[in-house]
Amino acid sequence: MPTNPKTNRTGSRPTSRRAVARQLPHGLTAQQCREMYHKMVQIRHFEDHAAEAYAQAKVGGFLHLYIGEEAVAVGAIAAAREDDHILGHYRDHGYALARGCDVQACMAELFGRETGICHGRGGSMHLADAKRHFWGGHAIVGSHIPIGAGMAYAMQYLEEPLVVLDFFGDGATGNGIFHEGLNMAALWNLPVVFICENNLYGMGATLAEESPVSDMMIKAEGYTMPAVQCDGMDVLSVYGAVQQAAEHCRSGKGPFFVEALTYRFRGHSMADPELYRDKEEVRRWRELDPIPRFGDFLVQHRISSQQELAQVNEEAEAEMLEAVRFADASPWPDPSTAARGVYANPIDPEAAQEALTLAADPAPAAS
Amino acid sequence: MAQITYVEAIRSALEQEMRRDDRVLVMGEDVGPKGGVFGATAGLFQQFGEDRVIDTPLAEAAIVGVSIGCALAGLLPVAEIQFLDFIPPAMDQIINEAAKIRYRSNGDWGCPMVIRAPCGGGVHVHGALYHSQSLEALFAHVPGLKVVIPSTPTDAKGLLLSAIRDPDPVCFFEHKALYRSLKEEVPEEEYLVPIGQSRVARAGADLSCITYGATVHEAVAAADRLARDGIEVEVLDLRTVRPLDRESIVATARKTGKVLVCHEANLAVGVGAEVAAIVAEECFQQLDGPVMRLGGPEVPAIPFAESLAEVYCLGPDKIEAKLRQLAAY
Repeated sequence: MPTNPKTNRTGSRPTSRRAVARQLPHGLTAQQCREMYHKMVQIRHFEDHAAEAYAQAKVGGFLHLYIGEEAVAVGAIAAAREDDHILGHYRDHGYALARGCDVQACMAELFGRETGICHGRGGSMHLADAKRHFWGGHAIVGSHIPIGAGMAYAMQYLEEPLVVLDFFGDGATGNGIFHEGLNMAALWNLPVVFICENNLYGMGATLAEESPVSDMMIKAEGYTMPAVQCDGMDVLSVYGAVQQAAEHCRSGKGPFFVEALTYRFRGHSMADPELYRDKEEVRRWRELDPIPRFGDFLVQHRISSQQELAQVNEEAEAEMLEAVRFADASPWPDPSTAARGVYANPIDPEAAQEALTLAADPAPAAS
Repeated sequence: MAQITYVEAIRSALEQEMRRDDRVLVMGEDVGPKGGVFGATAGLFQQFGEDRVIDTPLAEAAIVGVSIGCALAGLLPVAEIQFLDFIPPAMDQIINEAAKIRYRSNGDWGCPMVIRAPCGGGVHVHGALYHSQSLEALFAHVPGLKVVIPSTPTDAKGLLLSAIRDPDPVCFFEHKALYRSLKEEVPEEEYLVPIGQSRVARAGADLSCITYGATVHEAVAAADRLARDGIEVEVLDLRTVRPLDRESIVATARKTGKVLVCHEANLAVGVGAEVAAIVAEECFQQLDGPVMRLGGPEVPAIPFAESLAEVYCLGPDKIEAKLRQLAAY
């Protein structure tokens, strides 16, 4: 476990920013800390606006918000190299934004528009950006776990010094593919960090209902995989854990398991009445909100002032308002392109014909 | 040119492609020092080493999942599923991941990989319920996949080279009755047989028999019998069941006006139904008889006892009888 900077402070108050920065945990710089705060705030505002757009029926389908869990994606991805590979589950907006994917393209994807990061093919659960080595949200629970192991195999084979961050929830650990993936990764010593976001619920099933153990890291033991538990509501704790894990992988020592103890403040999806948990529990976890918590840290360590934090929030709000405007004004994908991209070279004249027939019908108007 | 068997042709294609391109890897159960349960990877481990010829745990879903990851990261994996019957645990990876990767990225990136698996049965070569199935229709249903089922050593090699070089996921199913029963001269140099292109296995003007895989040889044998009575049957070997070679299906149907589609796989909702639908849609005016089908009966797999297995499998006799029935129109 990384040390908590609050308990690590010396009695005397530091006098200059530089002096304080030297004491930051995990070798972090003040600038890196400011960036992590900025990313968490971006995600929070993005999600708030996504929820609003969903309520206005501008975003359809299923929407799973990352609110409350921001510290996990941000801390983990900040601790990796910017070209390390990332795979995640369907609650995936946080990974995309933490990796620096275009905010407007992400919002437009939720709106199903041509300007979306997958040109409206995927929607909320399937954001992906190969240029940034973000290989996507995956809607089938656990399906991306062996795929991450495979990418790690390729990194090892190609002698590239990159590692894979493979994010999943506690619910995925009850799935067979989780065990197959961990088994192979351990067997072949692959450079993959398995990051389990333990938010206590697999959809509406409590941890006790879905798993015989409450600490997911125990499941790594059977594969002789080193594992660490971190505070998923503390971006520094996550950063430290994943930094340690990534170093371990990069130095050829094989896979590493990180369990982040976290909580989603909102329901599983927008359609979730949350009958499986009580409001008092949610309230207690909200007190651990990772954003104000890290904001306090930045202020206490004189990395940012309250005014600067307020400005970060204002800028993120403006950025997301603009992203929503952009998404809302963007065109729908052209129906005549519906059959495009199934194969590298079009091979199915029937599908192409069908798409042309569809194109004769008017597209829904951009609202 | 050397005379080689079907399984040697597969092995030869793998070896040539691995020598040509070090991004090509082979992985599966016992594909390493043992050389695969049917010998399709014999000697590759010794030649290319454990990094490229990977013995895996008995975990089909992860064999395919790890292969997908390798493909995304720039390698060209060839996954072997020891028997096609073992592939259902990997269906999620194949249908939900491999097949959709190009589409979900709007064509920006893909998943170039091959999944090889021995399929089919027969009185002497099957292991009953879980070592005999022909499941190609399950995969042929899915846009994003290609499904190749070669019937000869020459096609096996040329199609496997095409499959490995294909930018999209290819399911490559090999009928195990063909592995050692067929021998023919196969070019030693590399050559490509295009995916999606059928071939006329036997020319004829009176009837068309459209089929693929091991059934091609049974259909040719049946056609030879009809030829003695002056009835010339054209046997079209599809070679690929997704994408289907519509043009050649339509051409042979228009030429003869009478079409029988046959395959070892279960008849209902099978590849034959799709071929029959194409003929019905495109050749209505030229048909001189109903489009007929012959396939496995409504039982889930080939039963073990020889007397029962015979009921399941086709063979030249059944095909001949059906062709004569069709010829009578």
